[in-house]
Amino acid sequence: MSKSNLTRRGVLKTGAVAGAGLAVPTYLSAGSHAGFTNAPGDSSVTLGFNVPQTGAYADEGADELRAYELAVEHLNGGGDGGMLSTFSSKALDGTGILGRKVEYVTGDTQTKPDAARASARSMIEKDGAIMITGGSSSGVAVAVQALCQEAGIIFMAGLTHSNDTTGKDKKANGFRHFFNSYMSGAALAPILASNYGKDRKAYHLTADYNWGYTTEEAVRNSTEAMGWETVAAVKTPLAQTDFSSYVAPVLNSGADVLVLNHYGANMVNSLTSAVQFGLRAAEANGKNFEIVVPLYSRLMARGAGKNVAGIFGSTNWHWSLENVAGAKYAGTNAFVQSFGQKYGFPPSQAAHTVYCQTLLYADAVQRAGSFNPCAVAEALEGFEFDGLGNGPTLYRAEDHQCFKDVLVVKGKENPDNDFDLLEIVDVTPVEQVTYDAAIFGGELGSCNPGA
Amino acid sequence: MLGLNKSDTRLLLIVVALVAAAPIILNPFPEGSGLAQFNAGYPDLMQRFVIFGIFAIGFNILFGLTGYLSFGHAAFLGAGSYAGMWMMKLLSINVIPAIIFSTLIAGVISVLIGFISLRRSGIYFSILTLAFAQMAFSLAASVLTPITGGETGLQTNLNDPRIFPEFLGGGSSIDGNIPKPSLFGIEMTASYQLPIGGWEWTFNWGYYICGVVMILAFYMAIRIFRSPFGLMLKAVKSNQQRMNYTGLNARPYMLACFVISGMYAGLAGGLMAAMDPQVGAERMQWTASGEVVLMTILGGVGTLIGPVLGAGLIKYFENIFSKINSNLLHEWFAFLPDGLEDFLVTIIYPFIGKGWHLTLGLMFMAVIIFLPGGLVEGGKRISRAIRRPKEATAADGKTNPAE
Amino acid sequence: MDQIILQILNGLDKGSAYALIALGLTLIFGTLGVVNFAHGALFMLGAFCTVTLSRILTLSHTVIDESRKDFLGNPLKVDVPYVYDWFGESTGAAIIDWAVPLSIIFAIPVMIAIGVAMERGLVKHFYKRPHADQILVTFGLAIVLQEIIKYYFGANQIPAPAPEAFIGSFDFGALIGFDAGAIIYPYWRIVYFCFAMILIGAVFAFLQFTTFGMVVRAGMADRETVQLLGINIDRRFTLMFGIAAAVAGLAGVMYTPINSPNYHMGMDFLVISFVVVVVGGMGSLPGAVLAGFVLGILESFASMRQVIEFLPGINQVVIYLAAIVILLTRPRGLMGRKGVMED
Repeated sequence: MSKSNLTRRGVLKTGAVAGAGLAVPTYLSAGSHAGFTNAPGDSSVTLGFNVPQTGAYADEGADELRAYELAVEHLNGGGDGGMLSTFSSKALDGTGILGRKVEYVTGDTQTKPDAARASARSMIEKDGAIMITGGSSSGVAVAVQALCQEAGIIFMAGLTHSNDTTGKDKKANGFRHFFNSYMSGAALAPILASNYGKDRKAYHLTADYNWGYTTEEAVRNSTEAMGWETVAAVKTPLAQTDFSSYVAPVLNSGADVLVLNHYGANMVNSLTSAVQFGLRAAEANGKNFEIVVPLYSRLMARGAGKNVAGIFGSTNWHWSLENVAGAKYAGTNAFVQSFGQKYGFPPSQAAHTVYCQTLLYADAVQRAGSFNPCAVAEALEGFEFDGLGNGPTLYRAEDHQCFKDVLVVKGKENPDNDFDLLEIVDVTPVEQVTYDAAIFGGELGSCNPGA
Repeated sequence: MLGLNKSDTRLLLIVVALVAAAPIILNPFPEGSGLAQFNAGYPDLMQRFVIFGIFAIGFNILFGLTGYLSFGHAAFLGAGSYAGMWMMKLLSINVIPAIIFSTLIAGVISVLIGFISLRRSGIYFSILTLAFAQMAFSLAASVLTPITGGETGLQTNLNDPRIFPEFLGGGSSIDGNIPKPSLFGIEMTASYQLPIGGWEWTFNWGYYICGVVMILAFYMAIRIFRSPFGLMLKAVKSNQQRMNYTGLNARPYMLACFVISGMYAGLAGGLMAAMDPQVGAERMQWTASGEVVLMTILGGVGTLIGPVLGAGLIKYFENIFSKINSNLLHEWFAFLPDGLEDFLVTIIYPFIGKGWHLTLGLMFMAVIIFLPGGLVEGGKRISRAIRRPKEATAADGKTNPAE
Repeated sequence: MDQIILQILNGLDKGSAYALIALGLTLIFGTLGVVNFAHGALFMLGAFCTVTLSRILTLSHTVIDESRKDFLGNPLKVDVPYVYDWFGESTGAAIIDWAVPLSIIFAIPVMIAIGVAMERGLVKHFYKRPHADQILVTFGLAIVLQEIIKYYFGANQIPAPAPEAFIGSFDFGALIGFDAGAIIYPYWRIVYFCFAMILIGAVFAFLQFTTFGMVVRAGMADRETVQLLGINIDRRFTLMFGIAAAVAGLAGVMYTPINSPNYHMGMDFLVISFVVVVVGGMGSLPGAVLAGFVLGILESFASMRQVIEFLPGINQVVIYLAAIVILLTRPRGLMGRKGVMED
């Protein structure tokens, strides 16, 4: 059989023989004449929210789900409208998306690529979801993004920080609002240099998986460019719970900064060990010993308790941003207000990024006038917007990555409550964290509308 | 028929009929009705049912016949998946070489692990297999990242070499998209949807390929169970010492059994990669090995059909129960007065959606406590209860796990 | 050299946790012949005893502070623990600070009760069932227990710091003639090791020097004969299950400052502790303790930078590798007896 038989019609012909005896079957869903997978009906449209509900990131997943529910409410014209009122694009009017009421299905990624794909496939095949979004790890994001590319569905990534998601493994149907390892490194380095000096010796502990590698590389490159020296970089197993044997040798290694390229439970445990071994109080090379955590999240900071006090890191967004850094970051307060009113506590950065992603998708559909993934992708590519809490932002066309300012934060010394754990040290402007889209390799491919 | 006795033929025919009609049987509720949430007749889940069925059948050949409890079978599944993926990346997107190669690789690895692990028995054997599988998992997730893709996993890419793109109908990139695994030019994801009345049935090409493979695997398993080789393995289970005294060396039989079982797992792994081109290291984790143990015991150890049923039940829970959210619950109970509705939702909510693990745990416990022979025993008890009035003499109340 | 001593200390510390869990597992296996997959969950429940106690101690009433604002701009609600009202602020703060050690008193009766309830309610019915069934039902129980904990406490880790007095580290090197700062070790980890040694010693002393322990040991060796002597061995075994649960629970209580507890910490330890038990030899109490420390030290050595650079990935697999080697060279583990769990 030649290549040309691989078209839908070729498949249909072959299949018609196999399906002999049945009435002439329609291929794929009733909406296949629309030319793309899962074309919605006239009254409603279904979005798939695929978040970790079990496993170590279940709390982050729960916060994402809250934000999704809020976004759906706002899209359908309920509540106070949240960031719809501050969003620079005014295409959305609170009547759903293209006049269709927004409905949603939820699934559990279990923070396992396999389970996440199973869940996403059931949303696509069974529930007819037109867009999949969510997740709290890069492994899951890359896996689900590839699936959506194959199925002809738009994927709006949730919390995923690895360079790979929009680098090596980028896909035409996938979009990421969250920042990445490279940006963390680029944003942190100047602030670390100005706070800790330019002649520092760093010791890296790196979680032994893809995100750890890209983060270590990013932080190393940007700190070494500032004049720091890297004494050693040790990989720690992802499943490690007690980091004492990795932390204990640090103090005698000649290093005076410890960089923990860890996230989630890894970060909480390694930081706790580091503080127990007295690294915070120690001196090395005549300087105060310092600890750096490249990627911070408020939920993790809570797990580490008092240990985070004074430790630098970066984050995509924080609920106090507009109050601290001014009206450039409009939208923040509107979002915090409506989230806080509904749930009683401020949203996490995971909640913020998925809320933005939902709005951005809906807006792109509205502007494109179609749910066709290719039309949506075109509307998102190169889209410049403001008022979603991060200041002016660009959805870059070359790799579908958002470019915006990056926050450098540190743990608060005396937090007032469980949510007020981080304080914003500085905001690194977008120019400093922008990079050439080609540096991570990978191919976007072309958009796939599916059926 | 086919060298089977009458009851085995009947069992095989039932399985064939079930596999063929699954898209209809698994979608009992009309689209759009409140209960449509419980429909399982969509391609992904149906594929998983039969693939994990194969995995569990293979596990049962080892555990059910010989009583050797391997806690590392997921390693073979994962190895098979990786092997299959590499075939699809290097050779051709056609699924046939992928499936064959994955079975072979799993066979080779199971010879190595089996040769060492089978030197011990009982829990020592279990721990040895567990240790090997955990090593495979840890290394695949970290040091072996160039081969396995690490934690992110291995996927097909646009720039994969694929030296025989046209093999058996092939499948190559159209419009800058990654080709999908296919057979004779038909993609695994290709389906027909047949709307009849309020129902909508999906007949998926990939599912039927898996289904045919599972029927073959099932047939093979029956033949093994009924063969002199199978008898030998049962002898190992009942009394290995006596077997040794009669001058028989159980080792080669055990190793052969272990390798067959490992190849079944590799076959399942290859099919998984073929149906959904993505392999993650967590497929090899001990929890995944534990899952197949649960499937087998839940369905009925040592029975032919039990493991398949167990696999179906667990996958159904994982995929259907985890997707029920509080919103849906409120929809279902909307007809009740508000107070009662909220009350019911509050009671049920911990057990569904993110609480599906809890339900699963309770279900395991219930089955193990009340139905030690698994679902198959449950079915037998029911059928006995129905038949009892007729055959009063047969009702001695004693249950024997089915063979 | 200082690095090696440091890693031995680390290994002893890690080994303490392994040894305590493995000890409890072996107690249950040796007395009742049950393979308890829920033992990790008992460790986790112990840790959550600490969390629960510190929640109880910080039970608060809210006071509205008009001078400060919360994140929505409303007046800030400040939580004031009741213990502040009852004992004054400084004593109250000290009580909360000492929540972890106080939890020992709280956890012992709770964990014994849980253990006894588990044995009477569930495990009892499984003595005559195959080991696979025991594994499965206790595994199911472990899932249920951890899901219940997750439902009430969430999936994230909950910090439970050690008392202020134990924060900081001890300069071990200076004590044995190294440079100051060459070998320093956190106070709490030293406390943990000592605590583990005391607990292990207490269990052995209890079995060795009390009449109760003597009967239990006799029962472990030959249950039927002991029963024929007219002794109600079942009752004693039930209590032993409770004690084993308490050992696991206390290991969990004291572990909380080392790693903030979360709901699946039990599962993280489960596989390792089974490997420890098997390497030590099924049913051998000294074997379990010895294997715990040996594997702990091995794991620590394997995670040294110099070793990883030489053998990448060795830190991930060393325990399993050691288990394979030991089981192939010593068929019944380090100190196992013949015929246990081989059918």
